Amino acid sequence: MTAVLACQGVRKVFGSSVVLDGLDLEVAEHEVVALIGASGSGKSTLLRCVNLLEELDDGTIHLDGSHITDPRVNPDLVRRKIGIVFQSYNLFPHLSVLDNITLAPVRVHKRSVSSARAQALELLTRIGLADKASAYPDRLSGGQQQRVAIVRALVNAPRLLLLDEVTSALDPELVGEVLDLISDLKRDGMTMVLATHEMNFARQVADRVCFLDGGRIVEQGPPSQVLDAPVEPRTQQFLRRLAPA
Amino acid sequence: MTRSDTAFTPSAVQLDRVAWRRRQTIRSILVAALSTAVLGALLVFAVTGAPGWDRVRQSFLDPSIAADALPDVLRGLWLNIRLLVFCALGSLGLGLVIALLRTLRGPVFFPVRALAVSYTYTFRGLPLIIVIYVLTLGVPGLRLQGMPSVLVLGGAALVLTYSGYLAEVFRAGIESVHPSQVAAARSLGLTYRQAMRHVVLPQAVRRVAPPLLNDTVALQKDVGLVSLAGPIDAVRAAQISTAEHFNYTPYIVAGVLFVLLAIPLIAVTDWVTLRAARRQAGR
Ligand SMILES: Nc1ncnc2c1ncn2[C@@H]1O[C@H](COP(=O)(O)OP(=O)(O)OP(=O)(O)O)[C@@H](O)[C@H]1O
Ligand SMILES: [Mg+2]
Repeated sequence: MTAVLACQGVRKVFGSSVVLDGLDLEVAEHEVVALIGASGSGKSTLLRCVNLLEELDDGTIHLDGSHITDPRVNPDLVRRKIGIVFQSYNLFPHLSVLDNITLAPVRVHKRSVSSARAQALELLTRIGLADKASAYPDRLSGGQQQRVAIVRALVNAPRLLLLDEVTSALDPELVGEVLDLISDLKRDGMTMVLATHEMNFARQVADRVCFLDGGRIVEQGPPSQVLDAPVEPRTQQFLRRLAPA
Repeated sequence: MTRSDTAFTPSAVQLDRVAWRRRQTIRSILVAALSTAVLGALLVFAVTGAPGWDRVRQSFLDPSIAADALPDVLRGLWLNIRLLVFCALGSLGLGLVIALLRTLRGPVFFPVRALAVSYTYTFRGLPLIIVIYVLTLGVPGLRLQGMPSVLVLGGAALVLTYSGYLAEVFRAGIESVHPSQVAAARSLGLTYRQAMRHVVLPQAVRRVAPPLLNDTVALQKDVGLVSLAGPIDAVRAAQISTAEHFNYTPYIVAGVLFVLLAIPLIAVTDWVTLRAARRQAGR
């Protein structure tokens, strides 16, 4: 079975700083991978590269076995198979919650408005936000906005969902509702790669934790191994600095 | 969920607050009315008491001459209105197209971008009067087949100039939409054009609606310049009538009509601006 996502020797340079330096990562179907690492270690950059929002400086990325970083590939077609949710929600402020969610199904996938709306309402009901369907994003709390952003990425039925620190802009009380939604997605078998600063979150949902440093994955394995018994000195140092003394 | 408000009785403190606010409102209205009356009386006194007032009244505010000039000025105003509608729509459309051409990326579009840039530079720099002269006096000299009327050529001159301004307003709006909005749209699989059409433009246009309307108010006054090439607009009609009567009253008539015509447009502009400000504050 081929991996859903396969990154080989991915290199990304901004000016004189090498952010990703020959990074390898494979993600199997239904697997949830958490990327951890210091601020600036390139977690967001990697996710943006996978979604073709950044151009690689070397290496390849394959999605379901097909090479997506070939310049002859139409990035719009690739992005339709990948969902991404940003730290800052990025909902469209001029569209209602329902229109935010149905924009891509209607315009990109040419679904009928009524069936897209029905599906969106069903998803909103699942996350308890059906009564906000016609509200505008600025009337929603941060946690509600972030859950809408996740649902918006889901209606495209992506093969792979990328989540970039989806809880770090939220108040602690609101984090729970977003984590619950992501746990639900994991149960449904969604393949996910998520960047996070919250080790508890990584521990709860991830099958595998990858520690990024110096542009590569320095250490990876099940959360219990990487987070509780790291072998690499750099991982130990990173986790020690996070842990309250 | 929010609880319903049916069983709520306000406390004594709240009732007192409401009553006090009501008294304050009434006081403000009374003060405003009084100060307006005082200022108005002073103004009337100063103007009518001036030594030259009688002569000014005769040459600027003669009711019989006003009545005489009104039909001609109104006929001229009708031309202004038709030109305004045509030119406003034309320059909004052309301005938007030029702004969009300027945002195109990629080497293929280099000449298009360069053309759009030089367009906005040229027509914002060129005095409107010169554009009107060139189009209405110069172009007919070519004696081409099917040459449009001077009126259409004059309107085209206005559209050329104003779309240069409006293109820059649109571009400012497009650039004010944060790049993360485009990233979010593209990541959902929307193409560049779809992202522009459904995500960027609606937000951009909403943001620049006040300046766009403001330019339309300015256009309303500039459309009269086509009379330089012959067609008779309201101001030109007033000028003719002034020369006939040796009296300036027709200008006042035209001025009042222009203000009346502008009031709805300006009111809409203020309302849109206010609404935009409220929306900004709402987040
Ligand atoms: N567009 C860009 N231009 C220049 N430098 C960039 C750009 N985007 C990211 N960088 C740099 O790349 C490095 C990695 O950034 P990235 O956002 O991927 O880190 P991160 O691991 O997501 O950090 P954080 O945990 O703070 O989100 C940083 O040093 C950043 O300054
Ligand atoms: Mg980041």
